[in-house]
Amino acid sequence: MFEELGTTAEGDMLINIGPQHPATHGVLHLVMTLNGETIKKTEPHLGYIHRSIEKMCESLTYRQFVYVTSRMDYLSSHINNHGCSLAVEKAMQIEVPERAQVIRVIMDELTRIASHELWWGAMAMDLGAFTPFFYSFRERETITDIMEETCGARLTMNYICPGGVMMDLHPDFQKRVKSFISLFKSKFDEYNELVTGNIIFQNRMKGVGVLSKEDAISYGCTGPTARGSGVSSDIRKLYPYEVYSKVQFDEVLETGGDSFSRYMVRINEMLQSIKIIEQLIDNIPEGEFQAKTKAVLKLPKGEFYQRVETARGELGIYIVSEGGTTPHRIKFRSPGFSNLSALGHMVKGSKIGDLVATMGTLDLVIPDIDR
Amino acid sequence: MNNEELKLKLSEQYPTATFEEGGEWVNMFLEPASFITSALELKNHPDFHFDYLFCLTCVDWKTHLNMVYHLTSTKHRHAMVLKVKLDCNKPEIETVCNIWRTAEFHEREVYELFGVNFLNHPDLRKLLLTDDFVGFPLRKDFEDPINMIRL
Repeated sequence: MFEELGTTAEGDMLINIGPQHPATHGVLHLVMTLNGETIKKTEPHLGYIHRSIEKMCESLTYRQFVYVTSRMDYLSSHINNHGCSLAVEKAMQIEVPERAQVIRVIMDELTRIASHELWWGAMAMDLGAFTPFFYSFRERETITDIMEETCGARLTMNYICPGGVMMDLHPDFQKRVKSFISLFKSKFDEYNELVTGNIIFQNRMKGVGVLSKEDAISYGCTGPTARGSGVSSDIRKLYPYEVYSKVQFDEVLETGGDSFSRYMVRINEMLQSIKIIEQLIDNIPEGEFQAKTKAVLKLPKGEFYQRVETARGELGIYIVSEGGTTPHRIKFRSPGFSNLSALGHMVKGSKIGDLVATMGTLDLVIPDIDR
Repeated sequence: MNNEELKLKLSEQYPTATFEEGGEWVNMFLEPASFITSALELKNHPDFHFDYLFCLTCVDWKTHLNMVYHLTSTKHRHAMVLKVKLDCNKPEIETVCNIWRTAEFHEREVYELFGVNFLNHPDLRKLLLTDDFVGFPLRKDFEDPINMIRL
Protein backbone atom coordinates (compact mmCIF):
# COMPACT_ATOMS: atom_id res chain seq x y z
CA MET A 1 0.00 0.00 0.00
CA PHE A 2 2.70 2.47 0.99
CA GLU A 3 4.71 1.89 -2.18
CA GLU A 4 1.70 2.78 -4.29
CA LEU A 5 1.08 6.12 -2.60
CA GLY A 6 2.31 9.00 -4.73
CA THR A 7 3.54 6.84 -7.61
CA THR A 8 2.07 6.14 -11.02
CA ALA A 9 1.76 2.76 -12.72
CA GLU A 10 5.07 3.34 -14.55
CA GLY A 11 6.83 3.98 -11.27
CA ASP A 12 7.01 7.73 -11.70
CA MET A 13 6.70 9.93 -8.68
CA LEU A 14 3.83 12.37 -8.15
CA ILE A 15 4.85 15.55 -6.35
CA ASN A 16 2.58 18.34 -5.21
CA ILE A 17 4.14 21.78 -5.42
CA GLY A 18 1.93 24.29 -3.68
CA PRO A 19 -0.69 25.53 -2.92
CA GLN A 20 1.52 26.81 -0.09
CA HIS A 21 4.96 27.10 -1.57
CA PRO A 22 7.26 30.15 -1.51
CA ALA A 23 8.18 29.89 -5.20
CA THR A 24 4.61 29.91 -6.51
CA HIS A 25 3.94 33.39 -5.06
CA GLY A 26 0.40 32.64 -4.10
CA VAL A 27 -1.88 29.67 -4.06
CA LEU A 28 -0.87 27.90 -7.23
CA HIS A 29 -0.95 24.13 -7.06
CA LEU A 30 1.17 22.09 -9.47
CA VAL A 31 0.96 18.32 -9.61
CA MET A 32 4.19 17.11 -11.16
CA THR A 33 4.93 13.67 -12.55
CA LEU A 34 8.64 13.05 -12.10
CA ASN A 35 10.95 10.37 -13.37
CA GLY A 36 13.88 10.77 -11.03
CA GLU A 37 14.50 14.48 -11.31
CA THR A 38 13.13 14.83 -14.83
CA ILE A 39 9.72 16.40 -15.27
CA LYS A 40 7.35 14.28 -17.33
CA LYS A 41 4.14 16.16 -16.81
CA THR A 42 2.96 19.35 -15.10
CA GLU A 43 -0.66 19.84 -14.22
CA PRO A 44 -1.66 23.20 -12.74
CA HIS A 45 -4.63 23.10 -10.37
CA LEU A 46 -6.18 26.55 -10.19
CA GLY A 47 -9.02 28.24 -8.44
CA TYR A 48 -7.93 28.49 -4.83
CA ILE A 49 -8.81 32.16 -4.87
CA HIS A 50 -11.40 32.13 -7.63
CA ARG A 51 -13.91 34.86 -6.74
CA SER A 52 -16.02 34.72 -9.90
CA ILE A 53 -15.33 38.36 -10.69
CA GLU A 54 -17.04 37.96 -14.06
CA LYS A 55 -20.33 36.94 -12.45
CA MET A 56 -20.01 39.68 -9.83
CA CYS A 57 -19.52 42.29 -12.55
CA GLU A 58 -22.82 41.32 -14.16
CA SER A 59 -24.65 42.95 -11.24
CA LEU A 60 -22.37 45.99 -10.93
CA THR A 61 -22.76 49.24 -12.83
CA TYR A 62 -20.14 50.45 -15.25
CA ARG A 63 -18.64 52.74 -12.62
CA GLN A 64 -18.50 50.07 -9.95
CA PHE A 65 -17.03 47.19 -11.92
CA VAL A 66 -13.79 49.09 -12.55
CA TYR A 67 -12.80 48.81 -8.89
CA VAL A 68 -13.16 45.06 -8.77
CA THR A 69 -10.48 44.75 -11.41
CA SER A 70 -7.86 46.24 -9.07
CA ARG A 71 -8.13 42.94 -7.24
CA MET A 72 -7.28 40.83 -10.28
CA ASP A 73 -3.68 41.61 -11.11
CA TYR A 74 -2.95 43.64 -8.00
CA LEU A 75 0.51 44.59 -9.24
CA SER A 76 -0.89 46.37 -12.30
CA SER A 77 -4.07 47.72 -10.75
CA HIS A 78 -3.75 51.06 -12.53
CA ILE A 79 -3.49 49.34 -15.88
CA ASN A 80 -6.50 47.11 -15.18
CA ASN A 81 -8.58 50.16 -14.23
CA HIS A 82 -7.27 51.90 -17.31
CA GLY A 83 -8.36 49.09 -19.61
CA CYS A 84 -11.86 48.98 -18.14
CA SER A 85 -12.22 52.75 -18.34
CA LEU A 86 -11.08 52.70 -21.96
CA ALA A 87 -13.62 50.01 -22.80
CA VAL A 88 -16.45 52.06 -21.27
CA GLU A 89 -15.21 55.26 -22.91
CA LYS A 90 -14.95 53.55 -26.27
CA ALA A 91 -18.52 52.32 -26.00
CA MET A 92 -19.93 55.67 -24.86
CA GLN A 93 -17.59 57.75 -27.04
CA ILE A 94 -16.42 59.85 -24.12
CA GLU A 95 -13.66 62.28 -24.96
CA VAL A 96 -11.05 62.13 -22.21
CA PRO A 97 -9.26 65.43 -21.42
CA GLU A 98 -5.64 65.47 -22.49
CA ARG A 99 -4.41 66.07 -18.95
CA ALA A 100 -6.11 62.90 -17.78
CA GLN A 101 -4.64 60.93 -20.69
CA VAL A 102 -1.10 61.97 -19.80
CA ILE A 103 -1.64 61.31 -16.09
CA ARG A 104 -2.97 57.86 -16.89
CA VAL A 105 0.01 56.93 -19.02
CA ILE A 106 2.49 58.16 -16.40
CA MET A 107 0.67 56.13 -13.76
CA ASP A 108 0.66 53.07 -16.01
CA GLU A 109 4.38 53.26 -16.54
CA LEU A 110 5.12 53.83 -12.85
CA THR A 111 3.03 50.74 -12.14
CA ARG A 112 4.94 48.77 -14.73
CA ILE A 113 8.26 49.71 -13.13
CA ALA A 114 6.95 48.86 -9.66
CA SER A 115 5.68 45.51 -10.90
CA HIS A 116 8.92 44.64 -12.66
CA GLU A 117 10.89 45.67 -9.56
CA LEU A 118 8.88 43.28 -7.44
CA TRP A 119 9.29 40.54 -10.04
CA TRP A 120 13.05 41.11 -10.15
CA GLY A 121 13.45 40.82 -6.40
CA ALA A 122 11.11 37.86 -6.06
CA MET A 123 12.67 36.02 -8.98
CA ALA A 124 16.14 36.43 -7.55
CA MET A 125 14.83 35.16 -4.22
CA ASP A 126 13.38 32.09 -5.94
CA LEU A 127 16.83 31.35 -7.29
CA GLY A 128 18.43 31.64 -3.89
CA ALA A 129 19.55 35.25 -3.51
CA PHE A 130 17.95 37.28 -0.80
CA THR A 131 19.68 40.65 -1.22
CA PRO A 132 18.09 41.72 -4.55
CA PHE A 133 14.70 41.66 -2.86
CA PHE A 134 15.75 44.48 -0.53
CA TYR A 135 17.37 46.42 -3.36
CA SER A 136 14.25 46.30 -5.50
CA PHE A 137 11.88 47.12 -2.65
CA ARG A 138 13.98 50.15 -1.77
CA GLU A 139 13.12 51.73 -5.14
CA ARG A 140 9.64 50.29 -5.32
CA GLU A 141 8.82 51.94 -2.03
CA THR A 142 9.42 55.35 -3.62
CA ILE A 143 6.82 54.58 -6.29
CA THR A 144 4.32 53.32 -3.73
CA ASP A 145 4.80 56.54 -1.76
CA ILE A 146 4.11 58.61 -4.88
CA MET A 147 0.96 56.55 -5.49
CA GLU A 148 -0.15 56.90 -1.91
CA GLU A 149 0.17 60.66 -2.06
CA THR A 150 -1.94 61.05 -5.16
CA CYS A 151 -4.33 58.08 -5.07
CA GLY A 152 -4.59 57.47 -1.34
CA ALA A 153 -3.73 53.79 -1.70
CA ARG A 154 -0.57 51.79 -2.09
CA LEU A 155 -1.77 48.68 -3.87
CA THR A 156 -5.39 48.70 -5.06
CA MET A 157 -5.39 52.22 -6.39
CA ASN A 158 -8.82 52.69 -8.03
CA TYR A 159 -7.56 55.99 -9.36
CA ILE A 160 -8.41 55.75 -13.05
CA CYS A 161 -12.15 55.87 -13.69
CA PRO A 162 -14.37 56.21 -16.78
CA GLY A 163 -13.99 59.80 -18.00
CA GLY A 164 -10.55 60.51 -16.57
CA VAL A 165 -9.01 60.15 -13.15
CA MET A 166 -10.59 60.41 -9.71
CA MET A 167 -8.78 63.51 -8.50
CA ASP A 168 -6.04 65.84 -9.58
CA LEU A 169 -2.38 65.14 -8.99
CA HIS A 170 -0.73 65.99 -5.71
CA PRO A 171 1.20 69.29 -6.03
CA ASP A 172 4.47 67.48 -5.28
CA PHE A 173 3.88 64.79 -7.90
CA GLN A 174 6.20 66.06 -10.62
CA LYS A 175 9.00 66.81 -8.18
CA ARG A 176 8.81 63.39 -6.59
CA VAL A 177 8.60 61.50 -9.87
CA LYS A 178 11.69 63.35 -11.10
CA SER A 179 13.59 62.51 -7.96
CA PHE A 180 12.51 58.88 -8.40
CA ILE A 181 13.82 58.85 -11.95
CA SER A 182 17.24 60.09 -10.89
CA LEU A 183 17.27 57.63 -7.98
CA PHE A 184 16.32 54.74 -10.26
CA LYS A 185 18.96 55.62 -12.82
CA SER A 186 21.67 55.76 -10.18
CA LYS A 187 20.65 52.37 -8.79
CA PHE A 188 19.92 50.54 -12.02
CA ASP A 189 23.54 49.59 -12.64
CA GLU A 190 23.55 47.84 -9.29
CA TYR A 191 20.83 45.52 -10.56
CA ASN A 192 22.94 44.50 -13.51
CA GLU A 193 26.07 44.08 -11.42
CA LEU A 194 24.26 42.05 -8.81
CA VAL A 195 22.15 39.73 -10.94
CA THR A 196 22.35 40.18 -14.72
CA GLY A 197 26.10 39.70 -15.01
CA ASN A 198 26.26 37.13 -12.24
CA ILE A 199 27.54 33.82 -13.60
CA ILE A 200 25.47 31.77 -11.14
CA PHE A 201 22.26 33.41 -12.33
CA GLN A 202 23.22 33.12 -15.96
CA ASN A 203 23.91 29.42 -15.59
CA ARG A 204 20.56 28.91 -13.89
CA MET A 205 18.65 30.84 -16.55
CA LYS A 206 20.31 30.36 -19.94
CA GLY A 207 18.76 27.59 -21.99
CA VAL A 208 16.13 26.91 -19.33
CA GLY A 209 12.41 26.81 -20.05
CA VAL A 210 12.75 27.41 -23.78
CA LEU A 211 9.61 28.53 -25.60
CA SER A 212 9.78 28.74 -29.37
CA LYS A 213 8.17 31.57 -31.31
CA GLU A 214 5.48 29.33 -32.82
CA ASP A 215 4.57 27.86 -29.44
CA ALA A 216 4.42 31.29 -27.84
CA ILE A 217 1.85 32.37 -30.42
CA SER A 218 -0.08 29.12 -30.25
CA TYR A 219 -0.27 29.21 -26.46
CA GLY A 220 -1.45 32.80 -26.58
CA CYS A 221 1.51 34.10 -24.59
CA THR A 222 1.81 37.86 -24.40
CA GLY A 223 3.91 40.46 -22.69
CA PRO A 224 7.54 39.84 -21.77
CA THR A 225 6.95 36.08 -22.01
CA ALA A 226 6.15 36.34 -25.72
CA ARG A 227 8.69 39.08 -26.39
CA GLY A 228 11.40 36.89 -24.90
CA SER A 229 10.61 34.45 -27.72
CA GLY A 230 10.75 37.14 -30.37
CA VAL A 231 7.01 37.66 -30.82
CA SER A 232 6.17 41.31 -31.32
CA SER A 233 3.18 41.68 -29.01
CA ASP A 234 3.34 45.06 -27.33
CA ILE A 235 -0.20 46.47 -27.42
CA ARG A 236 1.21 49.93 -26.74
CA LYS A 237 3.00 49.74 -30.11
CA LEU A 238 0.60 47.62 -32.16
CA TYR A 239 -2.71 49.19 -31.12
CA PRO A 240 -1.70 52.42 -29.36
CA TYR A 241 -4.16 53.92 -26.93
CA GLU A 242 -4.12 57.35 -25.24
CA VAL A 243 -0.80 59.16 -25.75
CA TYR A 244 1.33 56.08 -26.46
CA SER A 245 1.34 56.96 -30.15
CA LYS A 246 2.96 60.32 -29.36
CA VAL A 247 5.84 59.16 -27.16
CA GLN A 248 9.10 57.60 -28.29
CA PHE A 249 9.95 54.17 -26.94
CA ASP A 250 11.17 50.83 -28.25
CA GLU A 251 9.53 47.47 -28.02
CA VAL A 252 12.07 45.23 -26.26
CA LEU A 253 12.52 41.98 -28.15
CA GLU A 254 14.80 39.04 -27.42
CA THR A 255 15.01 35.95 -29.56
CA GLY A 256 16.40 33.32 -27.19
CA GLY A 257 13.06 32.18 -25.79
CA ASP A 258 14.69 30.98 -22.55
CA SER A 259 14.42 32.33 -19.03
CA PHE A 260 17.34 34.67 -19.52
CA SER A 261 15.69 36.29 -22.56
CA ARG A 262 12.51 36.91 -20.58
CA TYR A 263 14.65 38.33 -17.80
CA MET A 264 16.40 40.71 -20.18
CA VAL A 265 13.10 41.87 -21.68
CA ARG A 266 11.77 42.89 -18.28
CA ILE A 267 15.00 44.56 -17.17
CA ASN A 268 15.14 46.64 -20.38
CA GLU A 269 11.41 47.40 -20.23
CA MET A 270 11.99 49.27 -17.00
CA LEU A 271 14.34 51.61 -18.86
CA GLN A 272 11.78 52.11 -21.63
CA SER A 273 9.15 53.01 -19.05
CA ILE A 274 11.52 55.56 -17.53
CA LYS A 275 12.01 56.96 -21.04
CA ILE A 276 8.23 57.38 -21.48
CA ILE A 277 7.81 59.05 -18.10
CA GLU A 278 10.69 61.44 -18.81
CA GLN A 279 9.00 62.60 -22.00
CA LEU A 280 5.68 63.22 -20.30
CA ILE A 281 6.46 64.44 -16.81
CA ASP A 282 7.31 68.01 -17.85
CA ASN A 283 4.53 68.14 -20.41
CA ILE A 284 1.40 67.45 -18.40
CA PRO A 285 -1.17 69.76 -20.03
CA GLU A 286 -3.24 72.08 -17.88
CA GLY A 287 -6.99 71.65 -17.78
CA GLU A 288 -9.65 69.30 -16.57
CA PHE A 289 -8.69 65.94 -15.12
CA GLN A 290 -12.09 64.40 -15.76
CA ALA A 291 -14.66 64.60 -18.52
CA LYS A 292 -18.20 65.49 -17.52
CA THR A 293 -20.15 62.25 -17.38
CA LYS A 294 -23.43 61.13 -15.89
CA ALA A 295 -23.50 59.49 -12.48
CA VAL A 296 -24.94 56.28 -13.91
CA LEU A 297 -23.49 55.22 -17.22
CA LYS A 298 -25.62 53.46 -19.81
CA LEU A 299 -23.74 51.65 -22.55
CA PRO A 300 -25.34 51.26 -25.98
CA LYS A 301 -26.29 47.79 -27.12
CA GLY A 302 -23.38 45.89 -28.59
CA GLU A 303 -20.04 44.29 -27.95
CA PHE A 304 -16.91 46.13 -26.98
CA TYR A 305 -13.39 44.86 -26.68
CA GLN A 306 -10.41 46.73 -25.31
CA ARG A 307 -6.83 45.51 -25.17
CA VAL A 308 -4.20 47.03 -22.91
CA GLU A 309 -0.63 46.08 -22.09
CA THR A 310 -0.23 45.27 -18.40
CA ALA A 311 3.09 44.42 -16.80
CA ARG A 312 2.41 40.75 -17.57
CA GLY A 313 0.98 40.99 -21.05
CA GLU A 314 -2.23 41.63 -22.89
CA LEU A 315 -5.33 42.21 -20.84
CA GLY A 316 -8.55 42.01 -22.81
CA ILE A 317 -11.85 43.36 -21.56
CA TYR A 318 -14.84 42.05 -23.47
CA ILE A 319 -18.13 43.72 -22.61
CA VAL A 320 -21.45 42.49 -23.99
CA SER A 321 -24.09 45.13 -23.34
CA GLU A 322 -27.83 44.98 -23.80
CA GLY A 323 -28.23 48.70 -23.35
CA GLY A 324 -28.74 48.77 -19.60
CA THR A 325 -26.75 50.07 -16.69
CA THR A 326 -25.12 46.70 -15.99
CA PRO A 327 -23.31 44.48 -18.47
CA HIS A 328 -24.87 41.31 -19.84
CA ARG A 329 -21.52 39.59 -19.79
CA ILE A 330 -17.96 40.60 -19.04
CA LYS A 331 -14.93 38.54 -19.86
CA PHE A 332 -11.46 39.38 -18.65
CA ARG A 333 -8.82 37.77 -20.80
CA SER A 334 -6.00 37.80 -18.30
CA PRO A 335 -2.39 37.54 -19.45
CA GLY A 336 -1.30 35.21 -16.65
CA PHE A 337 -3.90 32.58 -17.53
CA SER A 338 -2.55 32.07 -21.04
CA ASN A 339 1.08 32.38 -19.98
CA LEU A 340 0.59 29.70 -17.34
CA SER A 341 -0.93 27.31 -19.88
CA ALA A 342 2.46 27.21 -21.61
CA LEU A 343 4.31 26.24 -18.41
CA GLY A 344 3.71 22.50 -18.79
CA HIS A 345 5.14 22.57 -22.30
CA MET A 346 8.14 24.69 -21.28
CA VAL A 347 9.37 22.55 -18.42
CA LYS A 348 8.66 19.14 -19.95
CA GLY A 349 11.85 17.09 -19.97
CA SER A 350 13.86 19.51 -17.85
CA LYS A 351 14.97 19.05 -14.26
CA ILE A 352 12.80 19.90 -11.29
CA GLY A 353 15.22 22.63 -10.21
CA ASP A 354 14.65 24.46 -13.48
CA LEU A 355 10.92 24.69 -12.79
CA VAL A 356 11.47 27.52 -10.33
CA ALA A 357 13.66 29.45 -12.78
CA THR A 358 11.01 29.07 -15.48
CA MET A 359 8.10 29.95 -13.22
CA GLY A 360 10.02 32.94 -11.85
CA THR A 361 10.46 34.49 -15.27
CA LEU A 362 6.81 33.89 -16.23
CA ASP A 363 5.94 36.40 -13.48
CA LEU A 364 2.74 34.72 -12.37
CA VAL A 365 0.25 36.61 -10.22
CA ILE A 366 -2.35 34.16 -8.99
CA PRO A 367 -5.40 36.46 -8.53
CA ASP A 368 -4.91 37.43 -12.16
CA ILE A 369 -5.10 33.77 -13.20
CA ASP A 370 -7.97 32.72 -10.96
CA ARG A 371 -10.02 35.92 -11.20
CA MET B 1 -6.58 43.61 -44.94
CA ASN B 2 -9.07 46.06 -43.55
CA ASN B 3 -12.47 44.98 -42.28
CA GLU B 4 -14.37 45.39 -45.58
CA GLU B 5 -11.82 43.45 -47.59
CA LEU B 6 -11.68 40.76 -44.96
CA LYS B 7 -15.45 40.45 -44.86
CA LEU B 8 -15.65 40.18 -48.64
CA LYS B 9 -12.94 37.53 -48.70
CA LEU B 10 -14.56 35.57 -45.87
CA SER B 11 -17.99 35.60 -47.51
CA GLU B 12 -16.43 34.25 -50.70
CA GLN B 13 -14.65 31.52 -48.81
CA TYR B 14 -17.62 30.56 -46.61
CA PRO B 15 -20.87 31.09 -48.54
CA THR B 16 -23.00 29.57 -45.77
CA ALA B 17 -21.65 31.87 -43.05
CA THR B 18 -23.72 34.78 -41.81
CA PHE B 19 -22.34 38.14 -40.71
CA GLU B 20 -23.37 40.45 -37.94
CA GLU B 21 -23.01 44.22 -38.11
CA GLY B 22 -21.46 46.32 -35.38
CA GLY B 23 -18.41 45.95 -33.23
CA GLU B 24 -14.81 46.71 -33.97
CA TRP B 25 -14.11 43.65 -36.10
CA VAL B 26 -15.88 41.35 -38.58
CA ASN B 27 -18.37 39.09 -36.79
CA MET B 28 -18.89 35.77 -38.56
CA PHE B 29 -21.38 33.08 -37.54
CA LEU B 30 -20.68 29.48 -38.46
CA GLU B 31 -22.71 26.30 -38.08
CA PRO B 32 -21.40 23.88 -35.42
CA ALA B 33 -21.10 21.09 -38.01
CA SER B 34 -18.79 22.95 -40.42
CA PHE B 35 -17.03 24.87 -37.68
CA ILE B 36 -13.90 22.80 -37.14
CA THR B 37 -12.82 22.54 -40.79
CA SER B 38 -13.36 26.26 -41.28
CA ALA B 39 -11.39 27.07 -38.13
CA LEU B 40 -8.46 25.01 -39.34
CA GLU B 41 -8.62 26.73 -42.70
CA LEU B 42 -8.72 30.18 -41.10
CA LYS B 43 -5.43 29.42 -39.42
CA ASN B 44 -3.66 27.79 -42.38
CA HIS B 45 -4.97 29.85 -45.30
CA PRO B 46 -2.13 32.22 -46.30
CA ASP B 47 -4.49 35.15 -46.83
CA PHE B 48 -6.11 34.84 -43.43
CA HIS B 49 -3.33 33.35 -41.27
CA PHE B 50 -5.28 33.69 -38.01
CA ASP B 51 -2.63 32.12 -35.81
CA TYR B 52 -3.35 33.83 -32.51
CA LEU B 53 -6.53 33.16 -30.54
CA PHE B 54 -6.55 36.01 -28.08
CA CYS B 55 -9.88 35.42 -26.40
CA LEU B 56 -12.19 32.43 -26.16
CA THR B 57 -15.40 32.70 -24.25
CA CYS B 58 -19.11 32.01 -24.21
CA VAL B 59 -22.17 34.21 -23.75
CA ASP B 60 -25.49 32.96 -22.39
CA TRP B 61 -28.45 34.49 -24.28
CA LYS B 62 -31.04 32.41 -22.37
CA THR B 63 -32.42 30.95 -25.62
CA HIS B 64 -29.03 29.76 -26.82
CA LEU B 65 -25.33 29.92 -26.01
CA ASN B 66 -22.85 31.76 -28.19
CA MET B 67 -19.26 30.58 -28.41
CA VAL B 68 -17.04 33.58 -29.18
CA TYR B 69 -13.54 33.24 -30.62
CA HIS B 70 -11.44 36.37 -31.06
CA LEU B 71 -8.78 35.74 -33.68
CA THR B 72 -5.93 37.82 -34.97
CA SER B 73 -3.03 37.32 -37.31
CA THR B 74 0.52 38.06 -36.18
CA LYS B 75 1.49 38.41 -39.83
CA HIS B 76 -1.28 40.54 -41.35
CA ARG B 77 -2.44 42.17 -38.10
CA HIS B 78 -6.12 41.88 -38.95
CA ALA B 79 -8.65 40.51 -36.49
CA MET B 80 -12.03 38.86 -36.57
CA VAL B 81 -14.64 37.40 -34.25
CA LEU B 82 -15.87 33.90 -34.92
CA LYS B 83 -19.18 32.92 -33.34
CA VAL B 84 -21.06 29.66 -33.10
CA LYS B 85 -24.60 29.30 -31.79
CA LEU B 86 -25.14 26.34 -29.49
CA ASP B 87 -28.23 24.67 -28.14
CA CYS B 88 -28.84 25.48 -24.45
CA ASN B 89 -29.92 22.00 -23.51
CA LYS B 90 -27.17 20.06 -25.22
CA PRO B 91 -24.26 22.41 -25.96
CA GLU B 92 -21.61 20.53 -27.89
CA ILE B 93 -18.80 21.72 -30.11
CA GLU B 94 -15.50 20.41 -31.43
CA THR B 95 -12.43 21.51 -29.55
CA VAL B 96 -9.99 23.90 -31.20
CA CYS B 97 -7.05 23.12 -28.93
CA ASN B 98 -5.29 21.20 -31.71
CA ILE B 99 -5.34 24.38 -33.75
CA TRP B 100 -4.61 26.96 -31.04
CA ARG B 101 -3.01 25.40 -27.95
CA THR B 102 -4.17 28.20 -25.67
CA ALA B 103 -7.73 26.92 -26.13
CA GLU B 104 -7.06 23.96 -23.84
CA PHE B 105 -7.28 26.04 -20.66
CA HIS B 106 -9.91 28.42 -21.98
CA GLU B 107 -12.19 25.57 -23.03
CA ARG B 108 -11.85 23.92 -19.65
CA GLU B 109 -12.97 27.20 -18.13
CA VAL B 110 -15.98 27.48 -20.44
CA TYR B 111 -16.79 23.81 -19.80
CA GLU B 112 -17.16 24.29 -16.06
CA LEU B 113 -18.72 27.75 -16.08
CA PHE B 114 -21.19 27.24 -18.96
CA GLY B 115 -21.44 23.49 -19.30
CA VAL B 116 -20.34 23.40 -22.92
CA ASN B 117 -19.07 19.97 -23.88
CA PHE B 118 -15.95 20.13 -26.05
CA LEU B 119 -15.67 17.02 -28.19
CA ASN B 120 -12.21 15.42 -28.51
CA HIS B 121 -10.69 17.69 -25.87
CA PRO B 122 -7.63 15.88 -24.42
CA ASP B 123 -8.27 16.71 -20.78
CA LEU B 124 -11.77 18.04 -20.14
CA ARG B 125 -11.96 18.55 -16.38
CA LYS B 126 -12.93 21.35 -14.07
CA LEU B 127 -10.22 24.00 -13.81
CA LEU B 128 -11.21 26.70 -11.34
CA LEU B 129 -14.08 25.13 -9.40
CA THR B 130 -13.95 22.19 -7.03
CA ASP B 131 -14.64 18.77 -8.51
CA ASP B 132 -17.95 18.34 -6.67
CA PHE B 133 -19.42 21.69 -7.69
CA VAL B 134 -22.93 21.39 -9.15
CA GLY B 135 -24.26 23.80 -11.76
CA PHE B 136 -22.82 26.23 -14.28
CA PRO B 137 -22.21 29.55 -12.51
CA LEU B 138 -22.04 31.89 -15.48
CA ARG B 139 -25.36 30.73 -16.93
CA LYS B 140 -28.11 33.27 -16.39
CA ASP B 141 -30.41 30.79 -14.62
CA PHE B 142 -27.79 29.77 -12.05
CA GLU B 143 -28.89 30.07 -8.42
CA ASP B 144 -26.59 29.17 -5.56
CA PRO B 145 -28.61 28.67 -2.37
CA ILE B 146 -25.71 29.66 -0.07
CA ASN B 147 -23.22 31.96 -1.69
CA MET B 148 -25.27 33.85 -4.27
CA ILE B 149 -23.91 37.36 -4.53
CA ARG B 150 -26.61 39.97 -5.06
CA LEU B 151 -25.40 43.51 -5.22
